[in-house]
Amino acid sequence: MRNPLSERIVEIPFSGIRKFFDIAAEMKDVISLGVGEPDFDTPWHIRDEGIYSLEKGRTAYTSNAGLKELKIEIARYLERRFSVSYDYDSEMMITVGGSEAIDIAMRAMLDPGDEVLIPQPSYVSYEPCAVLAGGTPVIINLKEKNDFRLTAQELEEAITSRTKILVLPFPNNPTGAIMERKDLEAVAKIVIEHDLFVISDEIYAELTYLDGHVTIASLPGMRERTVLINGFSKAYSMTGWRLGYACAPKEILEQMLKIHQYAIMCAPTTSQYAAVEAVRNGDVDVSQMREEYNGRRRYLVKRLREMGMHCFEPYGAFYAFPCIRQFGMSSDEFATRMLQEEKVVVVPGTAFGACGEGFLRISYAYSLSKLKEALDRMERFIEKIN
Amino acid sequence: MEIREKILNYIETNSRVELKDLAVMLGVDEATVANEMAAMEEERIICGYHTLIDWEKTSIEKVNALIEVRVTPQRGRGFDSVAERVYNYPEVNAVYLISGGYDLLVTLEGKTLREVAQFVSDKLSTLDSVLSTKTNFILKKYKDHGTVIAKPQDDERMLVSL
Repeated sequence: MRNPLSERIVEIPFSGIRKFFDIAAEMKDVISLGVGEPDFDTPWHIRDEGIYSLEKGRTAYTSNAGLKELKIEIARYLERRFSVSYDYDSEMMITVGGSEAIDIAMRAMLDPGDEVLIPQPSYVSYEPCAVLAGGTPVIINLKEKNDFRLTAQELEEAITSRTKILVLPFPNNPTGAIMERKDLEAVAKIVIEHDLFVISDEIYAELTYLDGHVTIASLPGMRERTVLINGFSKAYSMTGWRLGYACAPKEILEQMLKIHQYAIMCAPTTSQYAAVEAVRNGDVDVSQMREEYNGRRRYLVKRLREMGMHCFEPYGAFYAFPCIRQFGMSSDEFATRMLQEEKVVVVPGTAFGACGEGFLRISYAYSLSKLKEALDRMERFIEKIN
Repeated sequence: MEIREKILNYIETNSRVELKDLAVMLGVDEATVANEMAAMEEERIICGYHTLIDWEKTSIEKVNALIEVRVTPQRGRGFDSVAERVYNYPEVNAVYLISGGYDLLVTLEGKTLREVAQFVSDKLSTLDSVLSTKTNFILKKYKDHGTVIAKPQDDERMLVSL
């Protein structure tokens, strides 16, 4: 039989956390700080709207770009929260999670040989998506000394004549880093100078604990070269609903919509109706959850520092990214041993890029009591290896 | 949000949180939290730290009733004096002044149905200003003090996800 597989696909590695998942699944009494999704249930009024839409028999496709009602609400929301305005009709589409938007944005913009700058550590899908779209990923290694922010210098050094896109993954998974206005301004200047485009993945925008989130699309000259990606998963605790959106200049959005139309048809209808309620009446829920995360964040970072680890202040998402170099183990070794010896799951920084070596991603999407128990175990582990 | 509001929001459902942890979570020092809480106790903003118990899971029998009471307000004192006469009974859990079809809502906890019945007929109904009572027994508590009693919340997320 011939090889049924595509070489390009086979060459893309599996994600580095499978091993941890497999070990942890076999163990009892495991406490996990390893998840990348909120611990809150979707607020009831949002779930209720989803149920109501089913009761009313709204079970058909929506238009390819998504419900008009939802897009209008999102346009208002973006204006209200982040001071960017998009035409709901020609510059916005509803996608199956932010993930789909990342994929189709790359496919709509890349030709073979085009380089995509991907700052790491970052979410795992940018690199494979760039490859699948025929582009060439170029990694920028972010540094702890810069609080894992992207600097203008790092950006400039990575640019070649083939560079076309910069992926901007802030607030960042796994580091919890954010980019403040001044950081974005410095980056925007280089982007404009070199005529690049930005795919800005702002799925964690609402989970920013220092002032408010700033979107690069709101800076002068950037809106026309930015694909802004956001969604409902993190802000409203709606991961399983699979709903995100992309905003971009008309000519980019049109082509993204074409791929979406042929590959996906439309985002889930029930989720779209629920999302209308989320974006219309969910601001209070978001701020309550943010407040709760912020408390856990402070607690987690303090405990990690008390254990003697260096941990930069993560101002976004729901992760801390402490350094474990002093223990003389690789991230993978540390995480594996801690799982085996104390039954605590964390994700090695290397799952998010080679430059994550020496770090762990610790999620605080857990109740304080869970967090406490896990950190007590971690403390015991560190006393043992010290 | 004011620091007091943050403290209250947190302890309303987690009153056993350690002060030092609460201080860390709110980003202030422990003394601030301790002082604010002491002040709020003094001002009777914080009136107590109670425990939410699902008595049904124990072998202890409890009967809870909600009694709607219509009363004649008294000159100069309105409903206050009759409310006071009612709330002084230790078996009375709560007394609220209500707008609508009746005046006072009295919640009561007794060991038996009979005990509740006796309280209503002997003590409550016989008060001069009480015009009528209507006793509703609680059959099951689904949610109390913002907490769902029926089922524990399981974490159904995958152990690891990116």
